[in-house]
Amino acid sequence: MRDVAVIGVGMQKWGELWTKSLRDIFVESALLAIDDAGIDHIDSMYVGSMSSGLFSGQEHIGSVLTDYLGQKHIPGTRVESACASGGLAFRLAWMEVASGVSDIALAGGVEKMTDISGSDATYALATAADMDWEGIHGATFPGLYALMAVAHMNRYKTTREQLAMVAVKNHKHGAHNPRAQFPFPVTVEQVINSVKVADPLNILDCSPITDGAAAVILVPADMVSNFNKPGVKVIGSGHATDTISLCQREDLTELKAVELAAKRAYEMAGKKPEDIDFAEVHDCFTIAEIIVSESLGFFEAGGGGPAVEAGETDREGKIPINCSGGLKSKGHPVGATGIAQIVELTEQMRGDAGGRQVDNARIGLAQNMGGSGGSSVVHILEVM
Amino acid sequence: MPPSRAWRDYPQRYRLEAARCKQCGKVFYPPRLVCDKCGARQFETFRLKDEGTLATYTIIRTPSQEFAEEAPFALGIVEIEDGVRLMAQVADVEFDELRVGMPVKLEFRRLFSEGSAGVIHYGHKAVPIRR
Repeated sequence: MRDVAVIGVGMQKWGELWTKSLRDIFVESALLAIDDAGIDHIDSMYVGSMSSGLFSGQEHIGSVLTDYLGQKHIPGTRVESACASGGLAFRLAWMEVASGVSDIALAGGVEKMTDISGSDATYALATAADMDWEGIHGATFPGLYALMAVAHMNRYKTTREQLAMVAVKNHKHGAHNPRAQFPFPVTVEQVINSVKVADPLNILDCSPITDGAAAVILVPADMVSNFNKPGVKVIGSGHATDTISLCQREDLTELKAVELAAKRAYEMAGKKPEDIDFAEVHDCFTIAEIIVSESLGFFEAGGGGPAVEAGETDREGKIPINCSGGLKSKGHPVGATGIAQIVELTEQMRGDAGGRQVDNARIGLAQNMGGSGGSSVVHILEVM
Repeated sequence: MPPSRAWRDYPQRYRLEAARCKQCGKVFYPPRLVCDKCGARQFETFRLKDEGTLATYTIIRTPSQEFAEEAPFALGIVEIEDGVRLMAQVADVEFDELRVGMPVKLEFRRLFSEGSAGVIHYGHKAVPIRR
């Protein structure tokens, strides 16, 4: 296998982009990545999209998007693993370049979520849960994470305020991200007093419905000197699955797929959790960031809540988490999220993150997750 | 949901039928074709006990379309004695009564209906046992 590096990144502002179509949104960000890398063609493309069918009534988008990107006839593959679709698209593009099948691959992600009503979007997202055995009883995504939150709070004494502090921190970070959907701070009181969605989670504990895309360019590491941007090397990649039904997990307070994907990525990279300088993690709900920070090995089980309260996951803390604003402030166009995490890692390691810049960002970790933890993809990147 | 899809699940949804692996004894609800513990493919069907405890719970206030008329409602994961967990709404309960570990009984109830021409879905809801 060849070493692989990220050589270009692209991401337009996220939000409710009513004037733009699925293909416009994707092509704008993909062109930014192509221009950033200074290339005029790609050999192959992988695009993460959770449900272009339910959100946009359009399947077969591997072909639509290569065509509209001006790359007609190249291999174009749409990748689906619920909200981990983007992370998985990146992994497949990485494998393709590592294997030698392609030299220049684009990994992208896109979701156009605001063309349908909020309740239809809630349904579309809920299809990532076990529809026959959870959906039939009225489970929604916030509902599934709320079930995890109550179990975590009951076992570890995680507090309501600690959940809120995840949102407060990520909004504080996101206020410095010009591409974030909600680039402004919120307070603990605002989170706790916001509209209830699924107790104990309120609307400000939840990532939003977002239109958006992101794209990155991967090349063999030994070709990086041919391009005009510093490369960031992919040193670890891990992917794991779990039962999509929350009921069938052995433990409701841990995320096994995250733990295993991380273990595989750490082993490939030859790194440990304490070697990671900063991370972008899948904070689809505030409780998710707390459990994920434990499953990644940054904190012991039950330590995620006290850690956010102590500021350990702040930009200036021991292990800065979600300096981009995370899914919470930046937005969560589901298929694009995993790619946007790679965009953030790359910009941080290039020193291009402006007001969000982490000091000494040399090794970064991205963790993307599908459903209530039925799949997870973890990547570790290092400055070359 | 097409009637055939709902109908296939009736043995489990209506009668709480579960599968016990003939080799290692692991219980599956819903049933599977292969045991994820020992790999065996032979199972015996049995009916789950209809009592358990609440492993966790939430109150759904923003439902998906089909449950618009039901919200707000309590949703929980019920732990049955046989080591099985299943999801169920918690009915006949005041929201502030909900507790992890609360004893509940599974009762056959209407879950939701798909409009005037669609399937009316039935299944089990958990009801607090008050002793």
